Order: sequence, then C-alpha cells, then structure tokens
Amino acid sequence: MLLPRVVKGLSSDEMLGRGVDRRDFLKICSIAAAAVGLPAGAGVKMAEAAIAGQKPSVIWLSFQECTGCTETLLRTRFPGLAELILDLISLDYHEALMVPSGHLAEEARMAAMEAHKGKFILVVEGSIPEAEDGIYCMIGGRTAVDILNEAADMAGAIIAIGSCASWGGIPSADPNPTGATGAPMILEGKTVVTIPGCPANPYNFLGTALQYATFGTLPELDELARPKWAYGRTIHEHCPRRAHFDAGRFALAYGEENHRQGYCLYKLGCKGPVTHANCSVQAFGEVVDAWPIGLGHPCVGCTEQKVLWQTSITDTVDIERPTNPDTYPPIGAPQGKVGAVATGVAGLVAGGLLGAGYAASKKLGDEPEEEES
Amino acid sequence: MAFDRRSLLKGMATASAAAVASASPVKAARERKVVPEDARGMLYDTTLCIGCKACVRACKEANDMPADTSTPGMENYDAPTDLNEYTKNIIKLYKEGDRRSYVKRQCMQCVDPACVGACMIGSFRKEKYGVITWDKERCIGCRYCQMACPFNVPKFEWSSLNPYIVKCEYCRQRAGDKQWEPACCEVCPREAVIAGTYDELLAEAKRRLAEHPDRYEPKIYGEKDLGGTQVLYLSHVPFEKLGFKFDSEEPVPEMQQTIQHGVYQGFIAPAALYAGLGVVMWRNRKKSGLPEEEGEA
Amino acid sequence: MSSHAEPLGGPALGKVSKWILWIGILGVVLILWRFAVGLGRSTGLTDGYPWGLWIAFDVVTGTALGCGGFAMALLVYIFNKGKYHPLVRPAILTSALGYSMAGLAIAIDVGRPWFIWRIPLGGFPDMGKYNWNSALLEVALCVMAYVIVLWIELSPAFFEKWKDSPKEGLANFSKKAYGIVNKLLIWIIALGVLLPTMHQSSLGSLMLLSGPRLHGLWNTPFLPLLFLISCIAMGYAVVVMESALASRYFGRPSHTSMLADIGKVAAYMIWVFLALRLVELVLRGRLGLMFQFNVFSLMFWLEIICFAVPAVMLMNAQKRQNLGYLFRAAMMLVLAGTMYRFDTYLVAFMPGENFSYFPTVPEMFVTIGIVAIEIVLYVALVTVFPILAGRSTTAEAH
Repeated sequence: MLLPRVVKGLSSDEMLGRGVDRRDFLKICSIAAAAVGLPAGAGVKMAEAAIAGQKPSVIWLSFQECTGCTETLLRTRFPGLAELILDLISLDYHEALMVPSGHLAEEARMAAMEAHKGKFILVVEGSIPEAEDGIYCMIGGRTAVDILNEAADMAGAIIAIGSCASWGGIPSADPNPTGATGAPMILEGKTVVTIPGCPANPYNFLGTALQYATFGTLPELDELARPKWAYGRTIHEHCPRRAHFDAGRFALAYGEENHRQGYCLYKLGCKGPVTHANCSVQAFGEVVDAWPIGLGHPCVGCTEQKVLWQTSITDTVDIERPTNPDTYPPIGAPQGKVGAVATGVAGLVAGGLLGAGYAASKKLGDEPEEEES
Repeated sequence: MAFDRRSLLKGMATASAAAVASASPVKAARERKVVPEDARGMLYDTTLCIGCKACVRACKEANDMPADTSTPGMENYDAPTDLNEYTKNIIKLYKEGDRRSYVKRQCMQCVDPACVGACMIGSFRKEKYGVITWDKERCIGCRYCQMACPFNVPKFEWSSLNPYIVKCEYCRQRAGDKQWEPACCEVCPREAVIAGTYDELLAEAKRRLAEHPDRYEPKIYGEKDLGGTQVLYLSHVPFEKLGFKFDSEEPVPEMQQTIQHGVYQGFIAPAALYAGLGVVMWRNRKKSGLPEEEGEA
Repeated sequence: MSSHAEPLGGPALGKVSKWILWIGILGVVLILWRFAVGLGRSTGLTDGYPWGLWIAFDVVTGTALGCGGFAMALLVYIFNKGKYHPLVRPAILTSALGYSMAGLAIAIDVGRPWFIWRIPLGGFPDMGKYNWNSALLEVALCVMAYVIVLWIELSPAFFEKWKDSPKEGLANFSKKAYGIVNKLLIWIIALGVLLPTMHQSSLGSLMLLSGPRLHGLWNTPFLPLLFLISCIAMGYAVVVMESALASRYFGRPSHTSMLADIGKVAAYMIWVFLALRLVELVLRGRLGLMFQFNVFSLMFWLEIICFAVPAVMLMNAQKRQNLGYLFRAAMMLVLAGTMYRFDTYLVAFMPGENFSYFPTVPEMFVTIGIVAIEIVLYVALVTVFPILAGRSTTAEAH
C-alpha cells in the first residue's frame, strides 16, 4: 500500500529492499539537484536527509484546476515522479495521486499537517473562488478559501504552482463569474512562492521545493514572488530564435516560407518580449522544442496575468528594452530635412521683400526733393 | 563736399593697418597644449573589432540611457544611426566593395579640446585624467560646443524641454570603483577597445604598428591629429573612409584664440581704445562746439 | 539750424499697420509654442546644424543691421561731422530695437534660457569662473552691455518728452536724468563705439572655432575684421533705408544729400572689404576654391557681386542724389551683408555631406514675427517720442 510508505518514509534497509543501492540513489539525488540548479553537494544532502527518514512532508491542495500542473510533473525524469514521491519527499496529501478518498483522506491530511506543523511544504494547484463566500469550490463541505487559510497557517513554506494558483489563471478570465483568484491574493501577508505557467514548468517547481526540502531556504524572489532563477528573464531575452529577430527575419503567416525556415514569430503575435519564463532554456519533460515557439507557435504569455487573458494571441507587443539589431549604420547617415514647403515659403518671403523694396525705391525716386533744413 | 576724401582714406587705412597687424596670423602667441601627465584614454583597433555591439549595450546600461527607437522601420530596436541624445557610443560599418571595417565612435577626449575652448560658461572642462566633462548645472544650451567639435561629438537633447548635452565622459560616474574603466572597454570580448594610461596605449599602438606593418594603415590616428586626442585609433582601412576627415596637426582652438588673445590680452587694447575715443570726442567738442546737449540744435 | 526731433503725434499704435501687428502677434504665439514643444519639434535644427536661422539671421545679421547707431556715432562724434546729427537718434532707435530683438532671439534659441542670467553674474555660482578664452563669452557680455548703452543713448528722447509731463515725479526725474546723461555723454558714446567694435569682430571670430569644418573661402584670420567693416557699411545702409522709408511714410524730411554722403562712405568701406577679402584669399592660395563650380564658389561670387554692385552704384555722385537710387543701392548692400553672414554661419559650415538643414515654416515665422515686432515698436516709439527729425521752418545755410 502506498499510504503507509508515503507517511513513514524509507530506511536504507528498506531502500535496499526495493533494489536501489546507495550509489544509484546518490546519483538520482545528484541528477535531480543538478537538473533544478541546486548547488553542488545538494544532491548528497538530499540523499542523506532522505535516508535519515527526514523527507519533508508535502501537502498538495487542489482547487479550481485542470490538474495540468500535476500531469506535467508526472513527466519529469530527473527526478521521475516515483523517485520524487518515494525517495525525496513525503507526499502526504494529493487528491490525484493518493489512494484514499473521502473522510479518510481528509483525516490523513489533518494528521499530517498537525504532525509536521510549521515544517511542511504546502503546494496549491488551481485558483480559489471568492465570489458568494467561496461556494464555487467546496471540498468535504468546506470552501477552498477556508481550507487554504487553515493549511497556510500551519505550513512551513507555501508554493503556488501554475498560473491558476499564482494569479487566477483560466477561471479568472473575463467575466470571472466565480471570483477566481490566486493563492497570494487570499493569503495576504504570507510569503507565497508563485510558479506561474500553464502548465508550470515542472523543474521550476522541483527546484524550489527541493531547495526548501534540502536547505530550508527559498530562492530569491521577484516582486511577484516568482523565483528569479526561473522567471528573471523574458522569453525574448533567451529565445533560440532571437538572432532572427535581431536580423529582422520574421514569419509572416503559418506555413509560409519564412515560417518554415523557423524565423522569429514576433509578427505573428509572440508575447515573448513581455513574458517572464524559462521555457526556452528549461525543456518541459526533457523534450527539447516541446514548447510553443519550438513548435512554431508564438508564445502566448501564459505566466503573465496582464498578458494571457488580456491580449489577443495575434496582438504584437511593445519591446520593453529595445536592443541593437543585427544591422549597422553607415559612416555618414543622412540627417536633417530640407522641406519643400519651407523652401517655397522662404522663396516667397524673400522675393516679396525684395520686390516690395524695389517698388518702394521707385516711389522714393519719384518724389520731389525735400528741402534740407 | 562734406568729406575730405583724403582724410577719410587716411583714417581708414590707419585703422585697417592697425587691425590687420593685430589680426594677422600670430605664430604661437598661444602655446600648444600637451597631453596631461595623468592622461587616460582608449585604444581602438579595427582589425580586432567584430561589430558585436557589446560596447554599445554596455554604454547604455552604464550611463542609464534609453533606447533610440526613432529610426524609421526599426521601432522595435535600439538602432541609432549616429551618436545622438540617446547614444554616447556607437559602432558604424564602412563597406566599399570588398573592404569592410567597423568603427567605434565616441568622444575623442582631445588634448586641446574645441568644446572646452568654446563653452563660455565653463560647462565643458578638461579634468582628472584629461577626461572632458560636462556640467549640467551650468550649461545654457547655446550649442557652441557642437559648432566647434571637429568630430561632431557633443549631441543635444532636441526632444527635451530641459535639454542637456550628451557625450561620452569616459564613464566618470564609475570613478568610485577601484579600477575605473569605461564600460565599453571592460566588456569588449576581443579587447578591440582597451583603456589605460595614454602612455601605455600609445606604446601599445606603436608596438602593434611595428610588429604588423602589413596589417594596418601606417598611422595612429589621434597621435598628432588636431593637436592630439587621448582616444587612439589603429585601422586597416584609410582613416578618412571611417569618417576621420581631418589630419592637420593644428588644434582647433588655436587660430581663434590666438587672435582673441592677441586683441584682448589683459584688456589693454579695449581700454586704450576707450580712452582714445573719449579723448577724440573731448577735443571734437572743444574744436567744433558740438552741442552740449544731445538733442540741442 | 538742425531740425529738432519731433514725435509723429497721436496714439502710440495709431500709425502701425494692422498686418504687421498681426504678424508680430503670430510670432509671439509661435515663440510660446517653441517653449511648449521644445526646439526639436519647432525648428529644423539638428546635431549636424545646431545653429540655424535664428542665430544666422536674428542674432548675427540682426545685430549687424543694428549697427546704424554705431556707424553714425563714428561719423558724427569721432570723425566730428556734426552735420549728420539729425540722423543719429533714429539710427540709435533702430539699433536699440535691433539689439533688443537679437537678445530675444538668443533667449528663444538657447536650450536653457533660464540660466542666461548667469552670464552677467559671473557664471554664478562659481563667480568669475567662466571661460575667459571663449569668444562667445565676449560676444554675450558685450552685447548685453551694448543693449543697455543703446537705450541709455536713446534715453534723452524719452526724457525730453517726459520733462514736460503733468506727472510731477516723472517730470522731475526726467529733468535730472537728462542732465546726468548729457554730462556723461562722451563716455557713454565712447562705450557705444567700443562695444560694437569688440563684439561685431568677435562675431566674426566665433566661426573660426569651427576650424577645419569652415570652408576655406570664409575661413580666414581676417574674419573679425571683415565682419567689422561690413557691419559698419551695413549700418550706413540701414540708416539710408530707414530714413528714406520714414520720410515716405511719415512725411518727414528725407535728408537725401546727407544720405548720399553716407552712401559714399559705405562705398569706400565696401572697396576696402572687397580688397581685403580677395587679396587675402589669393595670397593664401585659395584661388582654386573660387573656381570650383560648386555651391561654395557660387555663393562666394554671388556675395562679391552683391557687394560690388552697390559700391559701384554709390560711387556715382550724380545718381546717388536720387533717393530711390540710393535706396536700391542700400538694399543691395544690406542683402550682401546678410548673405556674407549667412554664408559664414550656414553655407561655409561643413559638418559632413550627410547633414542638411533648412528652417521649418514656424521657425521662419518666428523670425518674421520678431522683425514685425521691431517695426511695431519702432513706429510706436517715433509716434510718441521726439526721435525723427521734425519739419523746420527755416532753410539751413550750409
């Protein structure tokens, strides 16, 4: 049965019993650590913590979600889901992956939360509806808001995975009838690490969760509480097609020649310049190019609240920090304008003055001489 | 005849002669300036530059400058066509048939700067390390510096209601750092542009010329040109192709300041003229009984 | 007896043409607009040509056209030809207005005019620490001082009128001030000759700082002297034109024979100018530049012709007694002097072949507006104050 194992953790004997030797286990941990950018030595610490039975407890709450973020987590290999939930963490509550259901599940959750109070990692997937006192998402007779608040008060770290949990996601799109919003908005005053994306890149979550699990610290966060190592750059800043953008080579329509050449998708509405994410450099599920731009579709900005449901896919965006193109100005680029109208006006004025002066001079010449006095 | 032609001609001849004597080309009434002892500068070598524009980006960041998106058709890029109010450093491309060269343009940090000679309010000064600085507290925006600089370097914020002059100041805002190096020199991946003391850079330039004479035009631009500049150039194509049109050794301010100093030295000439005028009028008044009052008949 | 000066009489703006007034108002509106949108949007100025119409015409040519006072002071007070005295006051008025308008043009051309007060205040806050090497500093200080001197030189006209004012305070002040000005007259006039000598020549040497970027046909160490000579000649030309027009429009004596004499002086000055210009160019080996068949040589020869024609015209003793003929010659001389300055500041300035400049329409109308304002003020002041020579009842025996 999965439940006892998940709750109790594995001893090294038990591991050996499972057929995993120590060296392989260390390798798994090291690869996992490296894959998510944790420092050298983290893998060893992870392994030690796991063997010592100190796997951190994870409580995973699901609200208005499509389970896409969980699904995407299932497809990692370093660590794979099995290694993750069996060896590295203790997944004490996850509605999609756990065996129990109903009241048993809720009791197990409360027990786990009490047992690891102040230390467990609370993961939130899916948005939380606020409209009409939150009745649009109720589990076991309680509103999502309630459940979340209660769990957050007891948690050691809170991670919101996916755009829905980060800022509302799909359910929050206009007209947002359920009043869907993200976990940070419900849990004001608490540090909620957000891992936006639709789905979120699983390695962004893993890196954060494993760092907390191993070192007890959270990565540096930006003003939206996103880990800077993952969300510090826009797609535009590390896109494989950037050279095409700089050189002015753009795809003009799906399927046409430039598109087939793999040119920049900016003109088709790519939101890369305004979207903070690392999809271009951290492959989803280790399949390189398994992301929109890699497949030839412009980025839609799924991490950004201001972009995803606020702009049309075909809208082009302003470039926040324009950089140099792949072209050069000549030694003497033309500057200054000689306006045709201005020249004409100048000619008229000059001609007019000279003409008037000449006419005046004629009149002066005709007048009788004044007496000198 | 109201005028005695002879006296008129005589008067004018004397006046002209006096003026000509004072205005005629005076040899070195103004001493040539030398490179300051602590002078620092840059050495740019076109044979090493790959046109990556890292220096352009670094300059923008170090000097907190906005992108220039005003070039038509290039609104999504920072694509200046020349130095301007948004751009203190630029890479241009010279292409003629098979010949190609990049060239980096910024303030040349002249030894005898025209801009410093021009600026009436003393906003431009040649200061520590021979770097030419501009003071925003003093500038009136008269743009005489732009009329003076032979390299077209100082640029004016035409789009602003409180316009500043914009030009490379050798990243002096970084002067607090231990090793003060302009951002462009720091970031260049091939050391095509390097910073250092003037003496070091000149020696290095000479060494390169001596070791690889076939690679370069046989000249270090800025060594003597227009009185010398602290930014030196080595090139594999003729310098005038890169936009360096002037190679006279005479510093730009020399002629004008020689004349001005000659005439106004110690204010002697104006004072003497004033006294002279006063005396002439005094005697005229006595001689021909000029009306005592201005409006009198 | 010289004619005593008399105001035209009537309301101040009574004789001002409505057209000119409206053009002046348009100029003011455009000046305000220039401050609202900045220089980049209101003018055609760019980094290639940072000095344009407002400097070349309003400041440099405008002050040269305002050298009438200077030229007449030289003639009447230095060379002691008192006969021409009636022409002095109107010339001083034209000069005072011309220089004041040039000052206005500077204030709108510079980028940060709110710092202009620093110039006379010694480059405040670092008093005295401005750049004594700068020719522009000399021009700025000198012009500022000269504007003040001109209005002081003109002040007797105001005091004469205000002496008889019913307002006792004003009348007393005017009597006192009139006395003081007359006592110091020599020293004020001496300044009025010294200062323009200094800054008109410096206006010439200003462009020498463009060094290799100033074309060889204009780039000469004699530039200051050439500017000085041409400005005095232009001053005489302006006196001729202004006198003639005032007589036509305001029914005052035209002093044609006096103007003819002045024209002759101007002619001699032009000959000296041309001789200096051409001989110096030939001696410095610039003959080649004169015959290159490009814009530079074209403008050069146009200039020379525009100078030579009035010089020849004004040598003709008979014909120059005709006011219309005189006026045409003077007009051409003004045109020549203007061309010389435009050429020095704009045409001969070579920032690079890729740069070009032409003033925008609003830029031009600011200039036209400023001239219109000057005309309005001129007419208003000669209407109210005794400036123009009045009609006299007795003929003078020379």
